[in-house]
Amino acid sequence: MENVTDYTEEQIFQELSNVTDPEIPVLTVTDMGVVRKVDKFGETVRVTITPTYSGCPAMQRIESDIKEHLEKLGFEKVEVVTVLSPAWTTDWLTDVGRKKLEEYGIAPPAEKTTDKSALTGGKKTVRCPQCKSENTKMISQFGSTACKALYQCQDCKEPFDYFKCI
Amino acid sequence: MTIKEALFQYTLRQGDTSLILGHRLSEWCGHGPKLEQDIALINIALDLVGQSRSYLEYAARIEDKNRTEDDLAYHRAEREFKNLLLVEQPNGNWGNTIMRSFYYDVFHYLFLHELVKSKDEQIAAIAQKSLKEVTYHLKHNSDWVIRLGDGTEESHVIMQTAADELWMFTGEMFDMDEVDDILMKEGIAPDLKPLHSKWLQKVKDVFTEATLKVPPEDAWMQSGGKLKGIHSEQMGFILSEMQYLPRAYPDATW
Repeated sequence: MENVTDYTEEQIFQELSNVTDPEIPVLTVTDMGVVRKVDKFGETVRVTITPTYSGCPAMQRIESDIKEHLEKLGFEKVEVVTVLSPAWTTDWLTDVGRKKLEEYGIAPPAEKTTDKSALTGGKKTVRCPQCKSENTKMISQFGSTACKALYQCQDCKEPFDYFKCI
Repeated sequence: MTIKEALFQYTLRQGDTSLILGHRLSEWCGHGPKLEQDIALINIALDLVGQSRSYLEYAARIEDKNRTEDDLAYHRAEREFKNLLLVEQPNGNWGNTIMRSFYYDVFHYLFLHELVKSKDEQIAAIAQKSLKEVTYHLKHNSDWVIRLGDGTEESHVIMQTAADELWMFTGEMFDMDEVDDILMKEGIAPDLKPLHSKWLQKVKDVFTEATLKVPPEDAWMQSGGKLKGIHSEQMGFILSEMQYLPRAYPDATW
């Protein structure tokens, strides 16, 4: 293996696309937009991450997975720091990430941001990831993880998760 | 009181209210009337405990006495907790739980809208993060107030009773003292007075749709938790459950 100290910050960032989200294993931490920055100071690598939700229980696991992955590559000093600002938004999900979600059976966020529409009850179209029908309805604002809501397709009747906009 | 002392107290107040409400809601885990309701409350609890962790972690840093957020959550006594009395009230029935959250969510949402402008960067960051989550909490609990208030005769009575019983704890949300004054001068904390009329208006709007009566505005209000750490008898029971494990086994880790 080449000497890891030759890795650029960009290359280290690319490497992190091998680390997946423990709750939605089809997404990588870079697809999610959770990794904000990689800095290198001599032999030390500092990865800055941001939580999707304040109480997301996956964050600790993501932190240790990032450390473990970089240490396996040969980095000896890896720091992972968490920042809250700017707050994570579903707008940071990459297009590749959105496609992977739908193929996995989770409807990707239907719009840019929701702060207002969630309050005013604005309607949005959520497409069924199974049969692609747009005739779907929300069962609950809250789903199996903090980042998802529960929907059901009115045509194929299949219930599904929707990755809600924040 | 120094700015640092005021900031520590202020951060504790926000962190404690989130923690205690989060704990109360987590008591519903496995007991929700329907799976979706159970999951919703636990998701909200998770958000609140997460927000509390951010506040308490920051409080510990401000205090700078080698304590962590866990020390603050698990090793403080009742009188040191600065949460609102509203959030320590018992879960009661589903209506009581929803109404307690609804009263707080309306305040929390309006308050965070101001707090995001705080000149303290970390406070502003926590507020920015929390606001996105609380928008969903408010939507969820407003929907339930309307659904049950304007539901059956029985559900209407349950919701009106909950609205009346919890009303005396709503005034405390707007209480302020020296801590607020010091931080308002620094541009760190918002003035809570102007939030009261906005809060009342939102509650009125939702209650109108829910066919519920808003209790009298001049009713007597109970205070003491947030400013003085004087709690209802409920608080001891909450802490004895919440703190049992780390106090009995101080070295326990995940």
